[in-house]
Amino acid sequence: MTKNTSQRADDLDAPWITQDDLPVKKYQIIDENGEYDSEAVPDLTTKEFVDLYRWMLVEKRYAERMINLQRRGEMGTVGSSRGHEASIVGSGYALNDEDYLLAMGRETSAMLMKGVSLRDILLFWRGIDDAQKFLAQRNCMIGISVGGYLPVVTGIGWGMNITDTDAVVTAHFGDGATSTGAFHEAVNFAGVLDAPAIFYCQNNQWAISTPFEKQTNANSIAQRAVGYGVHGIRVDGNDVLATYHAMSEARELAMQGNPVVFEGLTYRREGHSTSDDPTQYRDRDEVEPWLDRDPIERYETFLQSEGLWDEVDKEAMVAEVDEEFDAAIEAANAYGPRDIDELFVYLYEELPSELEAQLRELERSLDELDELEEYIERRPKG
Amino acid sequence: MPETIINAINMALTEEMERDERVVVFGEDVAETGGVFRATEGLKDKFGGTRVVDTPLSEIAIAGGAVGLAVFGLRPVAEIQFSGFLPPAFDQLVTHASRMRWRTRGEWSAPMVVRTPYGAGIRALEHHSESLEGAYAHIPGLKVVIPSTPYDSKGLLKASIRDPDPVLFMEPKHVYRSIREDVPDDDYEVPIGEAAVRQEGEEVTVISWGAMMHKTLEAVEKIDVDAEVIDLRTISPMDRETILESVKKTGRCVVVHEAPKSGGWASEIIATINDEVLMYLEAPIERVTGFDIPVPLLSMEDYYIPHPPRIAEAIERVAD
Repeated sequence: MTKNTSQRADDLDAPWITQDDLPVKKYQIIDENGEYDSEAVPDLTTKEFVDLYRWMLVEKRYAERMINLQRRGEMGTVGSSRGHEASIVGSGYALNDEDYLLAMGRETSAMLMKGVSLRDILLFWRGIDDAQKFLAQRNCMIGISVGGYLPVVTGIGWGMNITDTDAVVTAHFGDGATSTGAFHEAVNFAGVLDAPAIFYCQNNQWAISTPFEKQTNANSIAQRAVGYGVHGIRVDGNDVLATYHAMSEARELAMQGNPVVFEGLTYRREGHSTSDDPTQYRDRDEVEPWLDRDPIERYETFLQSEGLWDEVDKEAMVAEVDEEFDAAIEAANAYGPRDIDELFVYLYEELPSELEAQLRELERSLDELDELEEYIERRPKG
Repeated sequence: MPETIINAINMALTEEMERDERVVVFGEDVAETGGVFRATEGLKDKFGGTRVVDTPLSEIAIAGGAVGLAVFGLRPVAEIQFSGFLPPAFDQLVTHASRMRWRTRGEWSAPMVVRTPYGAGIRALEHHSESLEGAYAHIPGLKVVIPSTPYDSKGLLKASIRDPDPVLFMEPKHVYRSIREDVPDDDYEVPIGEAAVRQEGEEVTVISWGAMMHKTLEAVEKIDVDAEVIDLRTISPMDRETILESVKKTGRCVVVHEAPKSGGWASEIIATINDEVLMYLEAPIERVTGFDIPVPLLSMEDYYIPHPPRIAEAIERVAD
C-alpha cells in the first residue's frame, strides 16, 4: 500500500482529527508482575476474591480437559479459552442472573456463573441441540455467526428499555467481529436507543490466522465508542480485578442507558479451535511472552501479597473442579435418547403439513432402507 | 368507503397496536412522516415514540433488533423501506430470526414481522423494484406472505403480527393505491398458509400472487378460457392442497410471477404438482415470469413485467 505523500501532514491547515488525538489508556489494577496499588483494589469480600480465583481454575481446567476429550474423539471441534481466564471470569462475575449473555462460545465460566450447567456446555460442543435450550433458560446463547448476533443484542436491550426491565444484555465476541457491518449497526443503534447493552470484545489479537493489525487500522477497539457516542474502555483483560471492576461499572452505565464498548485485551494462546494450527501463521517468539503473563499466576501473586493465599487450597480446588467435570461428562454421556422428531417440530410453533410429510418420509426411509441407519451410525459422533 | 391496500395496512397496524401493547412498529422514516408510502401514518401520534420508532439507516440492525425484541417478548413489526434494501438484513432472517425457536428447542422464539414493499411498476430508481420472494421462501423457518387485495392485506397482516413465528410480509406496492375494496372495521384475520380461489373454472388453473394477481385477472378477462384463478397469498408455507385439488380438476396449469424465472417460486409449484398429481396433467405446465435479469430502470421496466398479453397467450396455449 502506498500513502499519498504529496502533502506532509504537518502542512495541513484544516482541523483534521486522528486517533492520536484520543490516546486510549489501558485500565489495569494488577500489573504483569503481580504488583498493584492497594488503593485501587476494589472492595470485595474474601469470599469474592477467592471466588474469582476458583472460577479461573474452572475455566482453565475446563479448557484443558475439553481439548483432551476432543483429541480422544469424544468431543466435536472446540476452541480453547487458555489465556482468556481473567477476561471471561472478570466480565462474567459482574453479571446478574436476569442479565442476558450472548456469547461467541469461549466464555464457559461466565455462562456457568449464570446457572448454566457444565453438562449443557459439553452437550453443546457435542452438537446436541438441546444444549441451547438449557442455555436460553439461563438467558444465554452461543452465537456462532461472528458479529451477526450483535444486532440481536441491541434488540434485547431495546426490549429491556421498553419493558422497564432492570437488567443488561452483553455480547461477548472477538476482535474479528468488530470488522463486521453488524457490529457497526448494532453499536450505533444501541447508542441511539440508549439500550442497556455491553459489547464486550475479548481482543485476543487473533481471528483464526488474522492478527489484530490486519483487522483494523484503529489503535484500539475501545476508541470506536467515541464514534458512536457511547462509553468505551480498554481494560487489561488478563487482570481479573480490573476486568471485574470495569465490567461492574459498565453494568451500572448500561443500566442508566449508556451502552458500552468494552475491550478486554488478552491473548489467544492456542489455536482458534482444535481444527486450527497456529504454528502455521505465528511465531513461537510472539506466544512465549504471553505465557509468562498468565492471568492466573498474576492473580496468585496478588492473593499472596494480600494475605489471602491461605484461604486457597489450590490442590483441593483443582480436585473439586475435576470431579465436577467428571460428573458433567458422565451426565453428558447419559443424555438422551434423541428422537428425529426434534429436527422438525421446533422450526415453527405448529408443524406445517409439508414439513410433517418430510419427517414421515425420513422415518419411512430409516425403516425401509437397511443401510441408511448404518451410514448414519458409521459417522463418528463428536 | 372502499379502502386501498395502504389504508388496510394502516388499519391493521393501528388495530393491532391497540389490541396488544407488545406491538412495536419501527423502521426508516416510519414515525415522523408515517413511512415513504404512508403505511404507518398517524401511528406515532396515537401510540407515542416508544412504540413507533424512526431507526437509523440500518437494515441489519432493524432486522436483528426485531429478533432481539421478539426474543424478549415483544411483537416487533419492522419496515424495510423497499425490498431492494432487504439483502443486508437477509443474514438476520436466515441466521437468527428463522431459527431462534429451532436453535433453542422452543425456549426462545422470534414472533416478528418484517414488512416490505416489493415489485416493479412504480417508475422507481434501481434497487426499488425487486421480487425475490422465492429466495426468502427458501429459508426454513421463515414464513413469506404476499397479499394482493386490501381485504387480505388487513387480515393477513393481523395474522402475521399474531403469528408465533417470523413472517416476511411483502406488499405489492404497484397496487398500493390503485385498487380499492371494502375493508371492514371488524377484527378479522386471513389465515396464513391458505390460498384463495379468486375465480372458479374448469379448464386451466392459473396461480399467481401480489401485483401479478391483477395482471392475471385482467388476462383471464381477455380470453375465452374457463380459468380457475388461485391467489397463493402465502408463499411459505404454501397451500399445496388448494393447488393440487384445482390441478386435479383442470389438468392444466400456468404459474405467473414477477420474479426472475430460474429458481423462482413457480419452479417449486411445478415440482409439487409433478410430485403429487403428474398423472392428472393433460399439458405441460407453463410459467410467465420476469426475466433472469435485474429489474430495468424506469424507462424500460415495462419490458420486464409480465403484462396481461403474455399471460393470456400462455393460458390459451396451455388450454388448447
